[in-house]
Amino acid sequence: MDSFFTRFKNPMVLIAIVLTQVIALAIQVQRPARDAAGGAREMDATGGGPDGRKVTLLRRWTILGITPVERVVHGSSLKVRGVWDGYIDLRHTHQQNEQLKQDVARLREEQASFAEDAAQGRRLQTLLAFKQQYVTSTVAAQVIGTSGSERSHVLYLDKGSDDGLKPEQPVITPDGVVGKIRDVFPHTAQLLLINDATAGAGVILTSTRVRGILRGSATGQVQINNLTADSRIKPGEQVVTSGGDMVFPRGLPVGVIESIAPDPLHQPYTAIRIKPAANLARLEEVLVITGTSSTLPPTAAQDAADAEAAAQANQRAADLIAEKLPSLHSNASDSTAANGAEKPAEDTESQVGSVSGIPNSGLPRPKPILHPDRFSPGATPPAEDLRPGAAAEPLPAQSQKPQ
Amino acid sequence: MVEHSYTSREELDQYGFHPGVTLLAPLACILLQAVLPKTFPWLISIDLPLIATIFFAVSRRNPIAGTVTGTLIGLFQDGLTNHPFGVDGIAKGIIGYVAASVGFAVDIESLINRMLLVFTLSLFQGGLLYLIAHWLLGDPTYRLQPLHQVICAVANCVVAIPLFYLLDTFRTRD
Repeated sequence: MDSFFTRFKNPMVLIAIVLTQVIALAIQVQRPARDAAGGAREMDATGGGPDGRKVTLLRRWTILGITPVERVVHGSSLKVRGVWDGYIDLRHTHQQNEQLKQDVARLREEQASFAEDAAQGRRLQTLLAFKQQYVTSTVAAQVIGTSGSERSHVLYLDKGSDDGLKPEQPVITPDGVVGKIRDVFPHTAQLLLINDATAGAGVILTSTRVRGILRGSATGQVQINNLTADSRIKPGEQVVTSGGDMVFPRGLPVGVIESIAPDPLHQPYTAIRIKPAANLARLEEVLVITGTSSTLPPTAAQDAADAEAAAQANQRAADLIAEKLPSLHSNASDSTAANGAEKPAEDTESQVGSVSGIPNSGLPRPKPILHPDRFSPGATPPAEDLRPGAAAEPLPAQSQKPQ
Repeated sequence: MVEHSYTSREELDQYGFHPGVTLLAPLACILLQAVLPKTFPWLISIDLPLIATIFFAVSRRNPIAGTVTGTLIGLFQDGLTNHPFGVDGIAKGIIGYVAASVGFAVDIESLINRMLLVFTLSLFQGGLLYLIAHWLLGDPTYRLQPLHQVICAVANCVVAIPLFYLLDTFRTRD
């Protein structure tokens, strides 16, 4: 017996170590399954909850051991990059600046045009007692590290519970949804990306208004796989959060539909692949949503009021200009109001040199003269008939008669 | 009872490491594995902790030491993920055992042997992780991607060779 253990010492140690870990795996996996059993379907969509107490302790030790070093490495790389970007790599700064100015101007115009629609939407929501969630407070955080595994889509942030972060808080970038906080530590937080196999979100397709549950996968793909085949759903359709999961506020952009195919694992459902709006592979800074409210935050309300006022001012200015400018086709518009089909033909008749089928391609034709005088076109005699110092000849009698 | 002569392969090629190196080298690999993919996402395909596991296992030529080293490195890796503890622990423990056992039979000083060992064990780890995810954790989204696994194994080989030579400088004969 002794020789048996001596002979098979190595494989027995291996079996013992592996078996211990298999049992530990079984104990750990049991807990989330039990917790998930009672929840509503869409509310469970986000998945990826924190570990049990003992597992959290082990993970905390690991993370507390590695994140200080990650923080130092991250800080050093930021300084190097700052020197490079701020003093050396300035080749495209001027072009970028011009581009940004143009973008700002364009966005201001868009903001003014959207303000009225937004105000109308808010009025309707108030009338219908619709519960809307507005983001009131966010915490900006930097990514300091990854999980280091292809199968685990987890990132580490440089902010933690001391900065007001809590598990289940949604994380976004200006492009769209990124994920949610999985676990927090005093100075670090674990961010679970939406493309992780344990992650998910309640979403809605913007055009068809179809609701679905978005899930990640071990390969890092983001999919909706709880919908049956629907011919209305097409690639390119925008996907936003539905708010039904009680984690992500409603209306945050998630991505666009990349492809639709039958799901071999879940027949008769389809696998709708989503291309995330945010670049999940290259995240540097993120915003953690720490607070939401059913009323518009004061700063946003002020911005909305300013934009609305600007939109109204623009509308008034446009009305004033429209009143002052002479109408070119008042008669024609009256007659064509009743018969829209004849409008293009009449428009081209009122213009000189217009091209058929292209509106406003010519010059406006002069209207008939109501009160001709010596300045009216055609009333002046030719230059060769005029003599220096001679008095102007009176107009013909029929022309002087008021009409 | 196996008798060891002075010229036995185990005795001839068995190396040891300073405790500092034994501790810091795998930690450095795990740290780099966590930090580098943030800036270079494609580096996530390279498994530096796996390379460290193979190196220490084949250098020591002790299956128990290889299993324990691999398990500890794997568990540390698990701590940084959202997986349950044990996924990488089991895979790297087995890899450590196999690497140490193979180390008896082959000459690990040869460049070709080192490359073949890293390539084969990278593929083997991919298979082990698939089995763990699919059968133990019941994750249906985890799929075996043979081409991707081969690319990862080649990438591991490319990184492992200079890393092995670097770590060779720290080893001492027991």
